Formats: sequence, C-alpha cells, structure tokens
Amino acid sequence: MNDVQTAQARGAEPPILEVRDLEMRFPGPKQGFFRRSHSEIHAVNGVSFSIRPGEVLGLVGESGCGKSTLGRCIVGSHRASAGQVLYRDAQGGVTDVVSARGATLRRLQRDVRVIFQDPFSSLNPRMTVMQIVGDPLVATGTASGSELEDRVGDMLVKVGLSREHMRRYPHAFSGGERQRLNIARALIMNPRLVIADEAVSALDVSVRAQILNLLRELQEDFNLTYLFISHDLSVVESLCDRVAVMYLGRIAELADTEDLYAAPQHPYTEALLSAVPRPDPRLRGTGRRVALPDDFPDPANPPSGCFFHTRCSYATEQCTIERPALVPGKDGALVSCHRASELNLMGVAIDGDADGRPVPLQAG
Amino acid sequence: MNSESKPLLQIENLKTYYYADEGVTRSVDGVTLSVPAGKTVCVVGESGCGKSVTARSILGLVDTPGKIVDGSIRWRSGAKCGEQPAASAPKKRDREVGGDEGEYIDLVKLGPRSERMRQIRGNEISMIFQEPMASLSPMYTIGQHLVEAMRLHRKISEKDAWARGVEMLRSVGIPRPEQRMNNYSFQMSGGMCQRAMIAIALACDPALLIADEPTTALDVTTQARIIELLADVQERTGMAMLFITHDLGVVAEIADEVAVMYLGTVVEQGAVYDIFHRPQHPYTKALLASVPTMGGGPRQALRTIRGQVPHPLNRPQGCPFHPRCDSMIEGICDVSVPQETLLERSRVSCFLYDEDGESNEATRVAREVVGK
Amino acid sequence: MSIKPDLDRVPATSEAEATSTRQGRVDTEAATDKKSIQTASQGKLMWRAFRRNKLAVAGGVVVIAIYLVALFADFLAPAAPGTFNSDYLYAPPQRVHVVSTDSAGERTVGLHVLGYVSEMDPDTYAITYEPNPDDVIEMGFFVEGDPYRFLGLFDSSTHLFGPVDAQDKVFLLGADSSGRDVLSRLIHGARISMTVGLLGVAFAFVLGVLLGGISGYFGGKVDTVIQRLVELFMSIPTLPLWLGLAAALPRDMTPLTRYFAITVILAIVAWTDLARVTRGRFLSLRQEEFVTAAHLDGNRLPRVLFRHMLPSFSSHLIASLTLSIPGMILAETSLSFLGVGLQAPIVSWGVLLQDAQNIRAIATAPWLMAPGAAVVIAVLALNFVGDGLRDAADPYSQ
Repeated sequence: MNDVQTAQARGAEPPILEVRDLEMRFPGPKQGFFRRSHSEIHAVNGVSFSIRPGEVLGLVGESGCGKSTLGRCIVGSHRASAGQVLYRDAQGGVTDVVSARGATLRRLQRDVRVIFQDPFSSLNPRMTVMQIVGDPLVATGTASGSELEDRVGDMLVKVGLSREHMRRYPHAFSGGERQRLNIARALIMNPRLVIADEAVSALDVSVRAQILNLLRELQEDFNLTYLFISHDLSVVESLCDRVAVMYLGRIAELADTEDLYAAPQHPYTEALLSAVPRPDPRLRGTGRRVALPDDFPDPANPPSGCFFHTRCSYATEQCTIERPALVPGKDGALVSCHRASELNLMGVAIDGDADGRPVPLQAG
Repeated sequence: MNSESKPLLQIENLKTYYYADEGVTRSVDGVTLSVPAGKTVCVVGESGCGKSVTARSILGLVDTPGKIVDGSIRWRSGAKCGEQPAASAPKKRDREVGGDEGEYIDLVKLGPRSERMRQIRGNEISMIFQEPMASLSPMYTIGQHLVEAMRLHRKISEKDAWARGVEMLRSVGIPRPEQRMNNYSFQMSGGMCQRAMIAIALACDPALLIADEPTTALDVTTQARIIELLADVQERTGMAMLFITHDLGVVAEIADEVAVMYLGTVVEQGAVYDIFHRPQHPYTKALLASVPTMGGGPRQALRTIRGQVPHPLNRPQGCPFHPRCDSMIEGICDVSVPQETLLERSRVSCFLYDEDGESNEATRVAREVVGK
Repeated sequence: MSIKPDLDRVPATSEAEATSTRQGRVDTEAATDKKSIQTASQGKLMWRAFRRNKLAVAGGVVVIAIYLVALFADFLAPAAPGTFNSDYLYAPPQRVHVVSTDSAGERTVGLHVLGYVSEMDPDTYAITYEPNPDDVIEMGFFVEGDPYRFLGLFDSSTHLFGPVDAQDKVFLLGADSSGRDVLSRLIHGARISMTVGLLGVAFAFVLGVLLGGISGYFGGKVDTVIQRLVELFMSIPTLPLWLGLAAALPRDMTPLTRYFAITVILAIVAWTDLARVTRGRFLSLRQEEFVTAAHLDGNRLPRVLFRHMLPSFSSHLIASLTLSIPGMILAETSLSFLGVGLQAPIVSWGVLLQDAQNIRAIATAPWLMAPGAAVVIAVLALNFVGDGLRDAADPYSQ
C-alpha cells in the first residue's frame, strides 16, 4: 500500500495498524409490504490507511461520514463486510481483526481499546467505579481481590481522581470526571492502541482542555498510539500529528496536521476548514467562506464517481464518472481528488503580523 | 453597552430559582444585561451557568419548580422590526392589556399566562431552540406551522398566509419552498429544519430573536450557513438577536456584544472585540485560553481552569468563581459577592476592580503578590 | 446525527475543593455532604424517589396491611370461615355500640353488639331482623373462639377480637346465605386471593423474562418467531380461554391442586406482557454504550447478560411484576365468581362473590358485596405501588 511504502520510505517503524480496503455495509431502510430493505448503506466504503506507532492520528468528518463505524470496525465491535484491519502486536505478529473470532478477538481487544463519547451512557449506572474500571481485569481473569483493588486505585490516581472514588456510582460524577473513568477503564489493561471516539465532544470547553491535556500526558506515560475520532476540527488540530478527513465513507485526504490546515489539497477539506468559526473577531470577514449547498447526499444512494462532486465547486466531468483513488499528493499527503495537483486551496493557518497579531495565511 | 438609544430589552437583576426537595438551585442569580435594537448580544457560558434559563425567563417559559423570584425584564412594548410594511393588520384583541406602543413593560410582572405575553411571543419576541427536529411537531406540515404562526397574531386569510409562508421559506434559503410547505419535520435534514424554524420565528417580524444554541446540534458546514443566514436576516430587517451559545468561535463570528456567564451571574460583558482581546475577568481570560485556536498548529498546550463547575446547590461563598481563580484575594473574594463595575469599555464583576473602575491599592498589591 | 454536548446537565458531583497538581490533573477531596447520594446504589436512589410519591407510599402501606391480614387471618377473624348457623341466614351487619340502654332502662357500657330478633313474614317467607336491645353481646380483645392451627405451627383459639362468650355469634358485616360471618370469610379470603396473584406472577415471570430476553437480545428471526408467539397468545380472548381451561379441569381435583392449576392457567396469559416489557428493555439496553463496553472488556455473553444488563432493568421488572398482580387477582375473582375457578370450601373473594350473583341478594343483603370492595381496594393499592415503582425506576430521572 502506498501509505506503508511512504512510511517505510521515511525510515519509520512498521505501522501498528493497517486498514486495507475496509467496507462496512448496512441494510438500508425497510420498505414495501414485506419490509425488506432494497438498498444498502455503505457506511465505510473502501478505506485504506495506516497508523504509525506512537502517533496521534485524527479522523474528522461530519455526521454520517462513517468515522465512528470505522472505529468500531477497527476494534472489532462491528464485523466489517470486506477488507482487512491488520494489527501488529508488540512481538511483531500480525492479526486481522475482521476475520478474528473468539479468543483471538478477545486478545486483540485487550490491546486495542475504546474511549467512548457519551459520559452518561458509557458507564453502567448500576455498578460502582471499582466494578466498572476493574471489569476488564475481572472479565479476563487477570486480577482479583486486593490486587484488583490496587490496580484500579492506581489507575484512578493516574487519571486524576482518587482511590476513595472506587465505592461511588457514576451518577455521583460530573461529565469530565466520567470521561476520566472512561479513560481509566480503557487503559487499565495496558493497551497499545486507543481509539477515542468523540471522547471530548460532550464536555464543556474548560473541561475539554483538561481531558485533552490528560490524554497527552497519558500517551507519554503509557507509550500509547491514538486514533482520535472527532467532528471538532480545532480540537483535532491541537492534539493530532496527522489528520484524515472522511466524507460519505471514504477518505478525502490524509496529511500531516500542519500541512492539512495550512494548505489542504481536497476541496472538501477546504470547505470544512473554512466553515469552522474562529474565536477571534478580527478574523471576521477574512477568509473566503466556501459555501456548500445544504444537500447532504442520501447515504443509501450516493452520487456516482467522486462522492463529493455534487457539492464541489471545482468539479469537472471526470469527477462525475470516475471515482478518484487515494493517491499521494504534495508533501507526503494522500488525496482522493482528480484535480489535487492543479488546485490551490485555502487553509486556515495563522501567521503573525508585525505586531504579533494573527493574520490568516493567504492562499497560494 | 454605550448605545445612545434606549435598549430594546433591559434585564435588571433577574433571579430565577428552582425549588426541589434537595434545596434551592439559583440558576439565574442577579443577571443584568440589555439588548440594543438591531444588535446581536451573545450570552456565553458553560453548563450550569444559567444562560438557557435566562433566555426562557424572558418569555416566561420557566416551568415549575422554577420561578422568577426577583428582577425585571423591561421590553419596549409593541416593537417590531421593519422588513416590509405589515401585509396585514395586527389582530384586534378582546382587550389591550399592558403598555402602549413605545413604552416599556415588565415581562416579569406580566406573568407567563397573560394575554399580553401571548401577544408578545412569536410576534414581538421569537425564539428558536437547539433541536430543530424536536421543535417542530411531527403531526403538522411546515406550511401549517407557518400559517398558524401568522394567523395567531394577524388578521390574514389562510391563502395570504400561505403565500407569505412560501416567501419566508424562500428568504431563509430553502430551495423549492412551495413543495417544502407540505413537508413534515422528519422529512427534512437538520439544517433544513432549522431554517424552517427560523422562518416560523420570523413570520411576524419580531424585533428580537432569542436563539438558544440553535447550531449546536448541526454539522459544522450547516452551522456556518445558518449563522450566515441569521446575519443576513439581521441586516435586512434590523432585527436584534440574543444568541445563547457555548461556542466561542460562533460568538466571535456574530456578536456585537458579549455577556459571559458563570453560575448564574454575568461576570463580564462588553463589545465583542474587548471581550476577546482585552478580557478583564479571570474566568473570561481562562476560558479564552483553554480554547484551541484553529491554525495554531498541532500539539498546543491548552491552559485549563482548575477544578470544575460546582453543583449549583453547593455555591461557593462570595464570588462564585473564587475557588478556581488564580487571582483570588483571600478575605475578600471568598466572603463577599462582587458588584458590577463599569470599566472604560466593559462591565466586570470582580474584586480586582473597585467601584470606580480603578484598581485600588489593596487589590493592586494583591495582584502583584499573585503575580498578575 | 451531529454530536450535541449535554450542556444543560449540571455536573452531579459536588466536590468542594479542587487543587491541581500537574497541569490538567485534579486531586479532589470528597465532600462530606451529598456523600450519601454519591455512594448510594441505584436501589437506594430508587427508594428515595419512591418515597416522594405519596400515593405510592399510601398504596404500599395498604398492600402490606392486606398481606398481614392474609397472614394472620385465623387470628384476626372473629370466627372460623366455615361455621354456619341456620338461625342467621342473611342477617344484617351489627353495629358496634359503646353505650346502649335496654328495654328495662339498664345501661350497658363497653364494647358490645346487639343480638337479633327475627321474624318471618308468613307470605313471602322473608326473614327480617331487628336489633334486640335486650340481647347484649359483649365484645372484647384477645378472646377465645373457634380453634385453628396457626400457620400449621401450633394450635390456638385466641382471636384478636370477638364475642367474650364463645357461644355468641357476632356478624360485623352480616351473614351470608348459610349464616356464615361475612367478615371472617372476607379476611380468610384475602389469603387465597392475594397469594394466587403471587404464584401466578412467579410462573409468568420465568416464562416472560426468559422468552422476552432471548427475543430482545438476539433479535432477527428468533425475535420474529417469539413475537408471533406472544401475539398469538395475546389475541386469544382471555375469558373464554380461562373458562375453557378451567372447565376442562377434572372435578375431583383436591382444592389445593385446583388452586395451583388455576395459577398456571392465569400465568399462561400474563407472561406475554412481561415478555414484551423485557424485550423492549433488552432492545434498548443492547444499544447502550456500556453494553458495548462490557463486550469489549472481554466479557462473555452470559456475563454481559446477567452481570451488566440484567441489573439495569431489574427495577423495571419489579415494577412490571407489581403491576401484573392486580390482573391476576381480578382474573381469579372473575373465574371463581363465574363458578369455574376455585370452589368451596376454599374461600376466596371470588368464591364469596358467588353469593352476590342474584338481584334478590343485592337488593336485600348488600353486605354480600363486601368482597368486591376488598378486591377494588387491593387492586388500586397495588396499582399505585406499581406505578410508583415504575416512575422511580428510571435511573436518570431527577
């Protein structure tokens, strides 16, 4: 795969996770007298990329783009319809999550863990913190009794809570604290890859900052690799090394964070970036807002050729016929756009002017 | 804050409390702010700060066990925005209750069930909410919603109301409005629903639109278009807007004035530029520092506010923010509640500034000690 | 759709002080107030919520009282349910007096009732009863009366209240067609009527939860099959079904066997409700993120079902069970009233109501409908309790 070759060309280690042509199909809405679904929704429609060990890879997109489904397929919660998810463990052995079953799958799920989005529904309201955070240890028979208590207690301290919280129930905690519990549960088995599925989206702004900082510290402490799924572009920018942008089940662009935000290569990325409101009133009126028509295509009936062509201001006839492949673009990025090499798109990087005041980088 | 003309809406020391078995929750605890005609005031804050309850108090939408216990909300009676001359005469009511045109009436005194309040809702002050799909009844079409909104307040035939409804939908950017009139809410996307909501809210040319997190549930690209739409409408009609949000980016895009709330009080308010670039209150400063900046590059270290928002039943003594404040002055901030001070360009509720807007000796020394 | 932060939800915790150690880390000290709420389990929270519902609490008190009555029926009833006396056919209820004067002007003070003077009308053969001020029957507490075996443990003949002289008869709620004391029979009837419901519900529970759980958890074809089965059972008209099944029971069954057979018959229809409720809960629980998390933690399916999912809806289950009992009570009452349920000599409220089946009885001896009132009170009380439990069962309601 291109990505692997690029990575190896850069002299990096082999990737910890490699996704190849992943597809996830769901039956469409049931219609007709016999309530059969006549259509299929391709939530994930041919996705390939890899994650380098130790990096933070961001996965962004709007609702319906398939990023959450992709996360679930990677961790084995959904069984993908086609493709492979190759996980490389610490010894170098490679397993395919998609075809793994039973004990193999369970072993994989100790190494690849998820931090869930909703702090309220992801913790069982009938179980104490001790039971929730310790559940992976109990379920796999790894620890019990006082050793269990010690390990849970240590983990709680590491995420910024205290040992006394073990006896409490989730309803006693605020949203931010519950996310810490979520993180504790995810990390207690010492995983290598953590998928954060909108882990901070449901939190207040100030709490979000705390959790993001915590995630960064924990990455260093535990030597983790993150796949950070989010719809919030500014959060993704502040945390991630590389970012992948998804649209309707496909990857539009995958690039280093700085490059993506300063000089996007896919028109959707450009539109997405320009739509994010910036917390600086001086930037009002600057920056070309790329207007996208409201109509999100029906996922059960996506457009032909390039999925984005119906809303793209740069679309040509080729775009309506031929699906663009994810190929290398400039600066080591991957783009799926026929016109990537010729377009000059505008990013949102901020430069300082003479007085140190921010000024958006001009395109080109 | 320095508008020469009298404001459209003036909230003075509003207090809305919720009474429950566990105790009294002081959701809004002394809020003073005003909305000048034709401007956008954004109320920003995190969860529990009382911004939504404030908005609902204005239109008397506070349900038991909550009630407004103190303060006044003065509204310029009869105010409407002037996009076009009224295509129809306002409805004659059985009896006119409340103030004459141009005079101020106190919405708190009106009471939520009064006839006058019903005349104001949807007619002089409109409101849109966070979940567009949930705000529209699935039993009625968009057209029926629009027609009802108009016929409640105007003497207008159904045919004329329908035609105006189509125009309203067109003006909010909904393509093929004639067909959309017959759609139900579940047949439309979130963005489209929100546009329809805006059309319904604006059907009677209200002078003030209260928007309670209208874009929080929408995708970022849809959000951008809705914000544009609102700005556009405002420019066309001269309508004022009270916009509630937690998203500082949105605030920066649309606000003329900003009020920052924390635990039921307004800690700072002023022109948007001053709030963002010359914040005075420690909470405002901390909030701005904890938001990642787009274009600021990867791996930004975000400054955090230590601790978390306390449960409203456990309000700290004195200044509500003091347990989390780096500039807290012992003996003052944890004892008394700061009053609002008028500074050169904004108002702050903080002991770092005394009544004259000057920082006095004690606080200056304290600030040095704290290393401000 | 898009992610919407739950911003209107105020943090439930009440950490009094927070000090930061490293940037982004928070060390919290436990707040002393509210600690009880924080460590309170779901059950405790539910109890608190239930307590606030005055109607439910009142209903609970009544239900407990009725079950206590059923438990101590022998002791509480003034007479044994079977004792009859042809002198007192359809005798009206006797008023309890504290002071009365007899025809000779003598005053009696103390708890007592007045005996009857009966006359038979020669034309209609109707017997009329008048209170006889000269026949003073003293009442007392802890009196000796008909012997009984207390809960099968020991023999006793003490009754809570009754005539001081064991030869006298007292009819506080009148007598029935055989001269038996309605009040005593009512009290004994509680025993049968209230427990039939419990047993029936137990059977229905096992069947309903099992099938409903399987249906809701696995979905797909299994779900379809089981749901059609449920619908089949629900679409059969219940009364004819019961009548048919009850009538098919052999006549020579012992009363006890018949009792169990009736409970099984009742359960056959009641399980469908429970199955539906269970299925609904499992379906919604299946999608909860904590169930996904439980799977991803490495739990096998049985552990996910019993350790993670079942506790989550046990409160709903209790509420549903409580709400099923009134239906059982009404069913048994109806069947027995129609003559196909329990039979004499078993005493249940339904059996008692057989006496109230004709107009003559209702017109001239309305006290025979007292068991009907008892059924109404019991059913209402149980419904209030069940509603209260159901309202309190939602873990996220404030």
